[in-house]
Amino acid sequence: MSEVQKITSLHLDVLKEIGNIGAAHAATALSSLLSRKIDMHVPKVEMVSFNDMMELAGGAETVVVGIFLRIEGDSEGSMFFILPIEQANRFIQSLINDDQFSFSDNKLSELGVSAMQEMGNILSGSYLSALSDFTGMKIYPTVPGLSVDMFGAIISTGLIEISEVSDQVIVINTSIFEEGFDNRNEVHGHFFLLPDPDSFTSIFKALGVA
Amino acid sequence: MLHKMIQTHTSQVIKVGIAQLDVVKMPDTIRTSGLGSCVGVVLYDETKNIAGLVHIMLPDSSLARTETINAAKFANTGIKALIEKLKLVGVQPFRLKAKIAGGAQMFKFSSENDSMRIGPRNVEAVKRELIKNNIPLIAEDTGGNSGRTIEFNPVTCRLSIRTVNQGVKDI
Repeated sequence: MSEVQKITSLHLDVLKEIGNIGAAHAATALSSLLSRKIDMHVPKVEMVSFNDMMELAGGAETVVVGIFLRIEGDSEGSMFFILPIEQANRFIQSLINDDQFSFSDNKLSELGVSAMQEMGNILSGSYLSALSDFTGMKIYPTVPGLSVDMFGAIISTGLIEISEVSDQVIVINTSIFEEGFDNRNEVHGHFFLLPDPDSFTSIFKALGVA
Repeated sequence: MLHKMIQTHTSQVIKVGIAQLDVVKMPDTIRTSGLGSCVGVVLYDETKNIAGLVHIMLPDSSLARTETINAAKFANTGIKALIEKLKLVGVQPFRLKAKIAGGAQMFKFSSENDSMRIGPRNVEAVKRELIKNNIPLIAEDTGGNSGRTIEFNPVTCRLSIRTVNQGVKDI
């Protein structure tokens, strides 16, 4: 894990800025998609153990709606957009004009699922195109996958690559929330960007802080 | 008086995190949460009511690109380490039996990326390692695309598996 040990506070600031720019664009996209005010918190860049990672969205067993994609190209990694069930329900209900829709239903409506997938597409697309513009790197996201399941089961998908190299993960964590709901942590959506360990060098090089 | 003694020894749930392992004696139970592509391997001795659980992430320690490895992370080293730890609490390895759960594929991708098929590879590696150590596999709940939380009771030797959509089942 020599790459990680060499990370300075300047590097952390750069990673924070990536989270800032990415999430700001995604929040704007979400806001215009829903015609609602969406706000974001200051990004956090943390180096955490796999087990601490589970606590970043309420614990391994918490059921969430998760969008996951892999990033390929000049920089590689995993990206997640995690929404608490309650907040995902609100967003999708408003998107498809159906206030009965719920991700807790055993039989999910196809319309609701594809709306969520599309929302994942739009949000991760705006996060990553902002990241690409900012760094000048060519990155290619895979088509996002959707899962409604335990947070631990979802997030561990993104820890596999990292676990070959380390027992800790550097996570760029940005949370967004609907305005008026900011004091209720359970309705925060999270963007988690987990660069693959080999990708930090290329990110720092692209931004001139190698 | 006896009644009182039993009451004071309440059972605890020992929690095992991702890439960790631990052992329990009755009346305690052992549990791990949010298994996705990871596999939870329970090794138990039903005569002594002792069980161990390892939450493995990767099939083989040869995948590690580090100098020191966390044994509990890999199927090959994790199962060996768990057997050793069970020996320390007086279990004879020939009495061990296994139950396993996990190895799901949480997201469907057309991509051939190997790490997306990690669940099935983990399950295969665990089974290979059990055979290598002559430990019979009594029951399994593997594959699919749901996350699992599992809890093993060394008294009943039942593994309880909870998923979001199918509730709780015992194997």
